[in-house]
Amino acid sequence: MEDFQGDELYRENILDHYRHPHNTGVMEQCTHRAREVNPLCGDEIEIFLRFDEVGKAANVSFVGQGCAISQAVVSMLTDWVKGKSREELARADETYVRQWLGAPVSVSREKCAFLGLRALRRAIDINN
Amino acid sequence: MCAFYKKSRRFNGIVNPMNTEQIKKDFSIFSHAARSGKPLVYLDNAATSQTPDEVLEAMNAYYQKYRSNIHRGVYAIAERATSAYEGARLAVAEFIGAGDPGEIIFTRGTTEGLNILASRLTLGLSAGDEVAVSEMEHHANLVPWMQAVKARGLTLRFLPVRKDGRLDIEAARAIIGPRVKIVSLCHASNALGLVNPVHEIADMAHAHGAVVVVDGAQSVPHLPVNVEELGADFFAFSGHKMFGPTGIGVLWGKKALLEKMEPFLYGGDMIQEVTLDGATWTDVPWKFEGGTPPIAEAIGLAAAVRYLRRLGMENVVRHERELTRYALERMSALGGVMLYPAGDAPDAPDRIGVIAFNIEKVHPHDAASILDRHGIAVRAGHHCAMPLLRKLGINFSLRASFSAYNTREDVDLLIAAIADAQKIFHV
Repeated sequence: MEDFQGDELYRENILDHYRHPHNTGVMEQCTHRAREVNPLCGDEIEIFLRFDEVGKAANVSFVGQGCAISQAVVSMLTDWVKGKSREELARADETYVRQWLGAPVSVSREKCAFLGLRALRRAIDINN
Repeated sequence: MCAFYKKSRRFNGIVNPMNTEQIKKDFSIFSHAARSGKPLVYLDNAATSQTPDEVLEAMNAYYQKYRSNIHRGVYAIAERATSAYEGARLAVAEFIGAGDPGEIIFTRGTTEGLNILASRLTLGLSAGDEVAVSEMEHHANLVPWMQAVKARGLTLRFLPVRKDGRLDIEAARAIIGPRVKIVSLCHASNALGLVNPVHEIADMAHAHGAVVVVDGAQSVPHLPVNVEELGADFFAFSGHKMFGPTGIGVLWGKKALLEKMEPFLYGGDMIQEVTLDGATWTDVPWKFEGGTPPIAEAIGLAAAVRYLRRLGMENVVRHERELTRYALERMSALGGVMLYPAGDAPDAPDRIGVIAFNIEKVHPHDAASILDRHGIAVRAGHHCAMPLLRKLGINFSLRASFSAYNTREDVDLLIAAIADAQKIFHV
């Protein structure tokens, strides 16, 4: 077998976010929060948002555990969320996630990849 | 020691005639499914096995040469189909040591067999009666009993599993008392590949007049099994894990118990006489096979049984245990691999070809993705045994499981891929 040269899905950028996730922690003063779990693998993400008086996401954080894909994506997602309005956030969909990952994600790993997105969407849809 | 150990020692004198390179050639998938030059290293046999070409050919022959319904037509191809279907029953009976082919019921799989039993065996029970299952059961041997117990106001008891993944026999003895009417447990656990001392548990159950149900999904494909010597009253397994097609399984039961048991599927082929006032049932086993059964699949299963008998189950188990021992030794030598149950000897006598493991600091889903890129198929998840994994202190694991066609080279490729995952994650 030829030497296997890493994996395009597990680039340094992804692994960096996984090891050193941005915007972590519980936010007591949030205006919106939501939790998503993937019961198949036990991955879980809870996302916290605080919108300011002009309706922008002034602060965002998450707590979670799971695979590198789910945790790296939510870390990147929270970076993106900052300063966006609710309408802008509502536009986030799976194509955003694929762009952040920068590599194809197999069908069996889509649930991992989209877990943070689902938490974000739930947070802005259900809580007001 | 468990019955399995005694049995396997009996074959110690025989030279292992397994030619794995030849065996691989019997399965077309290994020449077709290679990806970007990497061979398919299929290590998810506890989920489903591959199918040798001769099984597919047997099924094709039915479809191309004598397809017809069974037990009905008086024309030539219908007689041939009936005789092939009933011949499959005989082949399966011989394979699992059932004295009477009439005790073999074809189902869709282990799950269906266990559902039939959970629903039918609990019919005559009443509040205060107990059903006991082990903590290591696959959800298919747990949830049907949970539902049946709930519906009939019974109590479900659990035979506890020790930290080392084995049944706690003394605790089981305390639980299996006069109130217990049914004891159901797996012959071998799907998550850890440990063989249970079924006979010992069966003796406890029988002493109190309980019936013993055995989930044989993980044992029949990998061990010599004799249901009568095992002490089971009912025994369920699947065709697709033993080189057979999907959509067929077997439920074996003692004739006298099957005769007392209410049918499960009502319809054609299972009745003796129907009037507008009611119906009477035909004989066992047909009274449990309402509707047109999976005929091609039964024929395929019989071909799979012939294939396994040619290999010899004592050779299969020896080969798979040898691969397991080799893989466990290489994993330990590699380091950074957590094995479950922890601290087991690589050649523990009650162990068959399943390895549950995790790579330190690499989530099993990430690990499985990286292994997949190497062409290696393993399972990642809870293996439909969430209570057992929780008991071992984990939520999910990787699982590599072997079959007759796996080789030491497959293990070497697995080890290289694990090392690659460690490298990617800088472990």
